[in-house]
Amino acid sequence: MKPSGNILFCGVGGQGILLASEITAFALLACGLDAKKSEVHGMAQRGGSVVAHLRYGKKVHSPLIDPGQADFLVAFETMEAVRYLPFLKKDSKVIVNTQQIAPPSVATGKMAYPADLLSQLTSRGLAVYSLDGFSIAKGVGEIRTANLVLVGALSTFLPVGEEVFLAVLQEKIPRKLEENIAAFQEGRKITA
Amino acid sequence: MTKVSAKKKQWLSGNEAIARGAWEAGVTVASGYPGTPSTEILENLCTYNDVYTEWAPNEKVALEVGMGASFAGARVLVTMKHVGLNVAADPLFTASYTGVRGGIVIITADDPEMHSSQNEQDNRNYACAAKLPMLEPSDPAEALEMLKQAFAISEEFDTPVLLRTTTRVAHVKGLVATGKRKKGPVPVAIEKMPAKFVMLPGNARVRRRAIAERMAKLAAFVETFAGNRIEPGDRKLGFITGGVAYLYVKEAFPKASVLKIATTWPLPFNLIRDFASQVDEVMIVEELDPFLETHIKASGIACTGKEKIPAIGELNPFIIKKALGQDTGEIFAPVEIPPRPPNMCPGCPHRGLFYSLAKYDVFISGDIGCYTLGFLPPLSAMDSCVCMGASIGVAHGMDKALGDKALGKTVAVIGDSTFMHSGITGLVNMVYNKSMSTVIILDNRITAMTGHQANPASGSTITGEPANAIDLPELCRAIGVRHVRTLNPHNIKECKKILKEEIERPEPSVIIAQAPCVLLPEERKRRKIPLTSILDNCTGCGTCLRLGCPAISWVPLTSEEAKKLGKKEKQKGHARISVEMCNGCGQCLAVCKFKAIGKAEDNK
Repeated sequence: MKPSGNILFCGVGGQGILLASEITAFALLACGLDAKKSEVHGMAQRGGSVVAHLRYGKKVHSPLIDPGQADFLVAFETMEAVRYLPFLKKDSKVIVNTQQIAPPSVATGKMAYPADLLSQLTSRGLAVYSLDGFSIAKGVGEIRTANLVLVGALSTFLPVGEEVFLAVLQEKIPRKLEENIAAFQEGRKITA
Repeated sequence: MTKVSAKKKQWLSGNEAIARGAWEAGVTVASGYPGTPSTEILENLCTYNDVYTEWAPNEKVALEVGMGASFAGARVLVTMKHVGLNVAADPLFTASYTGVRGGIVIITADDPEMHSSQNEQDNRNYACAAKLPMLEPSDPAEALEMLKQAFAISEEFDTPVLLRTTTRVAHVKGLVATGKRKKGPVPVAIEKMPAKFVMLPGNARVRRRAIAERMAKLAAFVETFAGNRIEPGDRKLGFITGGVAYLYVKEAFPKASVLKIATTWPLPFNLIRDFASQVDEVMIVEELDPFLETHIKASGIACTGKEKIPAIGELNPFIIKKALGQDTGEIFAPVEIPPRPPNMCPGCPHRGLFYSLAKYDVFISGDIGCYTLGFLPPLSAMDSCVCMGASIGVAHGMDKALGDKALGKTVAVIGDSTFMHSGITGLVNMVYNKSMSTVIILDNRITAMTGHQANPASGSTITGEPANAIDLPELCRAIGVRHVRTLNPHNIKECKKILKEEIERPEPSVIIAQAPCVLLPEERKRRKIPLTSILDNCTGCGTCLRLGCPAISWVPLTSEEAKKLGKKEKQKGHARISVEMCNGCGQCLAVCKFKAIGKAEDNK
């Protein structure tokens, strides 16, 4: 596993993206790596498109991932995965939550939610791991753990042992720890 | 704030690091006004012991508070976003004359790319214009250290110090080494120094010469300031850069020679000249204006900058490499998909007001806040938005330009926090100069857009302590507005009626739309009875969709599907309310003419 990398988290405001990126950052830091994370607050909330850049390695300079340089894309919403396509490269791994959230133009019937979004990714030769985070989260008994399912799926690709992630979860998740750990482990199964 | 104990460093955002740095530097007074990307500084600083922290009504007041505390000997932090410094510019330029007793550091958080701003002004220009030193960190770790240096500079050179961040410093997280708190060096007491603090022309002329001496001393100081450093490398191309752009250069050209500038003003011209002589070609990489470039060129040093590096928007390593002709590889072209702009929340009271207001043929002069999103379709209920507080002046100006035809044509829409910030004087003018315009104050009790900061109308302080809540109707009456009406914006019928009456009134009037932000903790806790669409009654008229509520969506139907549902064949679809998202505000219920919306409980 490469000791450095770029992870782009994206989705819709309110999906737990920032917590997922924090958990991942803490796990990388706990392994002695340097990391930087960039996010945008303010207008980006309120149901808009949200993105967080997380870079790790021996020494990280830029807090931003360049176009064509994301090793991993963790998309909390299907259409958002496609929005950040220019950040990907041929060997990027894409973890996509199959949840679909209609933006205003779709909700009001002015535009249609695009069909075949995943094929936009697979047809470009990208390794796509799609999962239904909402159903899995429901399965573990807490619908608000979909973000941990995605972190779990991402975790098998990172130079961080499972036990490190579990220790971080124990430290950082104040409520429903068991359910969050279960969601994380369900996510791991998808990419293991 | 979280401890990463293994490395004895903390994982902090730039804003958290600035708060920490201010605390370590012995700051005892801090004032500011919220604004992205500066807001989290004071939100964090107020959690430390032994610091008085406050939200001021605006940035001008915040800086004046800072000056008073400094005159008394305290170390002071004043925070604002870039456009806030325009508001504080009046005290800023004269603070340069008075200088300080206790150190003052003013944070200006700039927003290249305008992630959350109305312009992307480059506040480095203020340092030069106001004759003040400015420092710029590249990341959170440097920001913390720089805070301490900035206070030392402020007291040693008798000057306020500007510290500029940008979004990619303020909202970036990284590992930060922290230290202990030290007390500031100046004893806190009243010490009358009229020659320094009373800026009448006679005194100011003396201080003007003191500024010149100070800037000359600072110019010598920055030559050996450790933050300005040459990182030797390949001598063909040497980069001069600062702020976050330094990190982009290190990423894009890891082997190049770099001169990192930490003191944006004054610049270390001898060091720059020395660096230029060590490399074949000098390239300036800076975000926004050619600030370094202009001054370096003016000093007679040959360099290249904005001929190649974009002057608009943020930079990143990719843009720099591309601008300098490096191979950036093939990039996947973007795929066209529907945009996802931010939206007002389900149950937002602003929506009801804008829905009602959009029915009238008026020019809607808007302002800065969540409600600026009323501009977006389907509400499309905003015709201008300039700066904090501008809505009222703009509406009055239009009223005067229209003259005889002005009646019923102009409305200003402004939030409670924005009204406190700089709307009151506009209203005073409107009454004094006999406007016919109508001012609508959207009073949701909080500064919502920046993430819920209290303001003088909220009834609490930055730390949540109870405080006086300004009585907005009484305030407006005291200004001389004879017609002050309050309404509940969720009640669309009442809303439309009162709007009509006041818009048509041939004198200034104020409507206060009172309903709390749905994201306030007490509102989140409130038991909500969600609404649901009653499919049998829905004719697909689309009226509820024109509210633009995220909880309501359109379900298209084919003619067969319509027939199967017992609808007319030509019905193109129906509305659906998401029970998970709905907070039961009742606005859609009020606008539906077909009894096709009801309480989810009753519909089971």
